[in-house]
Amino acid sequence: MSEATAGATAPKAVEGPLNFIDDRLGSTTFFKRNMKKVFPDHWSFMLGEIALYSFIILLLTGTFLTLWFKPSMNEVIYNGSYTHLKGVQMSEAYASTLHISFDVRGGLLMRQIHHWAAILFMASILAHMLRVFFTGAYRKPRELNYLIGISMFVLGMLEGLFGYSLPDDLLSGTGLRITQGVLEAIPLVGTYGYMFLFGGEFPGQDIVPRLYMLHILLIPGLILGLVTAHMMIMWVQKHTAMPVKNQTEQQVYGYPFYPVFMAKTGAYFLFTFGVIALLGAFAQINPIWLFGPYDPGAISAGSQPDWYMGVLEGALRIMPNWEVSAWGHTVSFNVLIPATIPLGIVFGGAMAWPFVEQWVTGDKRHHHVNTRPRNAPIRTATGIAAVTFYGLLWLAGANDVLADKFDLSLYATTWFFRVTIFVGPFLAFIITKRICLGLQRKDADVVGHGVESGVILMSPEGRFSERHEPAREEQKAVLLSKENTRPEAPQRDANGIPAAKGPLGHLRSRLNRAWTFDDIPVEEHEHEHGEHAEIEGGKQSHEISH
Amino acid sequence: MSDENKDTAGSTEPGEGGGARGRVIGTPSPARDRTLLAQDDISAPAGVGEELDEASAKRAERVVATFFLVAFAASVAFIAYYIGWSGRNGGMHGVTRARESNFWLGGLMALSFLALAAGVTIWVRRLMTSKPIVQERHSLQADEETRAAFTKDFLEGASDSGLTKRPLLRRTLLLAAAPLGLAPLVLLRDLGPLPEKKLRTTIWGDAVKKAQAQGKKGVRLVVDGTDKPLRVSDFSSPGGMITVLPEGIEEDVPEDQVLTQTAKAVTILINVPEDEFKPAKGRENWHINGIVAYSKVCTHVGCPAALYEQTTHHILCPCHQSTFDATDAAKVVFGPAARPLPQLPLAVEDGYIVATSDYHEPIGPSFWERG
Repeated sequence: MSEATAGATAPKAVEGPLNFIDDRLGSTTFFKRNMKKVFPDHWSFMLGEIALYSFIILLLTGTFLTLWFKPSMNEVIYNGSYTHLKGVQMSEAYASTLHISFDVRGGLLMRQIHHWAAILFMASILAHMLRVFFTGAYRKPRELNYLIGISMFVLGMLEGLFGYSLPDDLLSGTGLRITQGVLEAIPLVGTYGYMFLFGGEFPGQDIVPRLYMLHILLIPGLILGLVTAHMMIMWVQKHTAMPVKNQTEQQVYGYPFYPVFMAKTGAYFLFTFGVIALLGAFAQINPIWLFGPYDPGAISAGSQPDWYMGVLEGALRIMPNWEVSAWGHTVSFNVLIPATIPLGIVFGGAMAWPFVEQWVTGDKRHHHVNTRPRNAPIRTATGIAAVTFYGLLWLAGANDVLADKFDLSLYATTWFFRVTIFVGPFLAFIITKRICLGLQRKDADVVGHGVESGVILMSPEGRFSERHEPAREEQKAVLLSKENTRPEAPQRDANGIPAAKGPLGHLRSRLNRAWTFDDIPVEEHEHEHGEHAEIEGGKQSHEISH
Repeated sequence: MSDENKDTAGSTEPGEGGGARGRVIGTPSPARDRTLLAQDDISAPAGVGEELDEASAKRAERVVATFFLVAFAASVAFIAYYIGWSGRNGGMHGVTRARESNFWLGGLMALSFLALAAGVTIWVRRLMTSKPIVQERHSLQADEETRAAFTKDFLEGASDSGLTKRPLLRRTLLLAAAPLGLAPLVLLRDLGPLPEKKLRTTIWGDAVKKAQAQGKKGVRLVVDGTDKPLRVSDFSSPGGMITVLPEGIEEDVPEDQVLTQTAKAVTILINVPEDEFKPAKGRENWHINGIVAYSKVCTHVGCPAALYEQTTHHILCPCHQSTFDATDAAKVVFGPAARPLPQLPLAVEDGYIVATSDYHEPIGPSFWERG
């Protein structure tokens, strides 16, 4: 290939503009350096891409929707083509959403694609985040990108909440009412926050235009900035690789950006858009015309927010009714705790984790090759505990639906979640850790004694045994990627600073021990074949044969 | 040209290195060959064919081209449908046509994207000849020398600027900057009014006052939706529940305030069987033979507590399942709400149900100043 293309010149259509830009910006140096940038391959590296492409789809479809949407709460009498609501008084926001759905060709499609893309955006961020967490891809030097990612998820929650509040239908009005109730519960400044956000009392006339500005300008602007930073940091630091053959801390192995990765990721964008378009065409979502315009006195049973708000909803539902009134003031723990603590634990914990881990393990090295989840049992177990915690709260947010579908008592489901929210994560931690250690043991076995070949041998005495064969090279590379624990906690960290004394230093060394004490070393024995195990006498003499 | 480029690459590749490649495919990896061809050996499983067999490459090319043609056809059909068919009979109107256009436009769009995506994927996997390559991961941080040089320059600059030597300059600069940060916050003051006592009263109070000024006992309750005043005889069967508002809320309140006042004043009227009704202390005359009125705004976070279970006389808020006992001053039976629903004092006047005063406590969710 290289011979064929060596003497050739690029076509004029490419060379002309390239030279034009290069003469002014010196850009060809950059292109030359980055054209063949290596991207390591793994299916899970695509999860973040889904989020990126969903975001692009959100920007495109969102722009389309703004052309007709009227962010106004002025009351009008509907006179559009949706006959069931003809003559009904409603806000202009709701009327214009009906107009987009029923009178603008492709409007309903764009609305549904927009909503599905939002759901996929959040889901893929979460999946991507879990991949990064469980493979240890957040470790130095990538902590910043990890923090940026979490911030984007939090911003995405707000963006989504504000977005689905805009049509001013019954469901979204209920969501806003809850938002207002939660805002009011903040001590000292709650009522001020409430009045300032809504421009007076709920619902007022200002909230939809204000949310509109936040939804189409401020928050997407922030997310766009963070996405750009996320991409640029990833580009500069190079992508992490899975712990497989050919991937090392010093070198990255994979296909070049141009043409392979470019084409693949382009196809991936098209797949994402195609699937979302399919959903938008055939899977109804947020049919606001069925909910009707917002009426503060009305509500429908089974009112559910979009999935990413489900955790908050669940936390609100299972919280006991604690409230304190003293000295003329009221503090609603029944609202404050569920609104702040669970997500505080999950996101605060996730953000602090890389630094806590560094502190506990004393590992301040750069890591470019990921860890298999089993090889970091505490991390994996903590992650699964967090997933359990989040998942239970999320399910609790639909406890009425669960009670209805499975014919259970509503209060029993509440109590179930009140208990499991504490027990579940602990159990998940213990079980996950056991599984990890079991898998480590299996790996150690495979590396140490080989793979069962399925060949049964009969010895002269008539005993049967199965022959073990050494693992394939590729498999061995994966298994041996495990970094076995050092026998002792380092007394000094990488910079030669002695471990802290006092209670904090004590805590650290105890945590360090808890982190490592049951680690199962996965290493090659110095002989290669399992059958030789018994006759292994002098190691030194044995080495010669290999 | 890139197409051309690929073609030549594809055709010369097998010829140029054909011998080596033949071995890879043909032999079950003898050790000698493996060391020779490590690079090739690795690339094969990833599916990016280096060893392009011209016949299969041609086949792949035709498959890819078919997908691209499908994508082309779908986009053309999308445009054709939009221009030629979706706007027939004066444009799209109503549910049926919206659904039809949604299916056609969305389906064709999805088909176009997916066909294109499938084509590109097959192209990458079957026709691209790039080999996997290895790149160094360069160390990210600057070396000690650079860091030291930077520190030196930084300190030099700071000292040249005089900032370190002249504390008065430094301090007044900081002082000048501080209020600048606060200025934008001050600007936000007009976002909304101060809470004052707004959350303590509802429109019921004004309506009652107005009615009493006319010599009446209280304001009539009207049914939400129909705005018809409610007689006791209209609401005589036990077990009923209905949403009510004060009479005149539509007329007396400025139009842009109606929804806001309704959101606070919305009230449920329940007919509890009199023998089961336990009036709270001091509220013995707030009900009419078991007909009782509670605020519909949940004391948890403000959803309408709209579900009423006739057999247990429980009022349930469907948002977070706070449950209140209608027979017992709407006390909390279950769920996250901490306080009972406030009760509205009722009386009878000329056969109509009337409210004789505002709620005696703030309705809705708790807040700091509530007390």
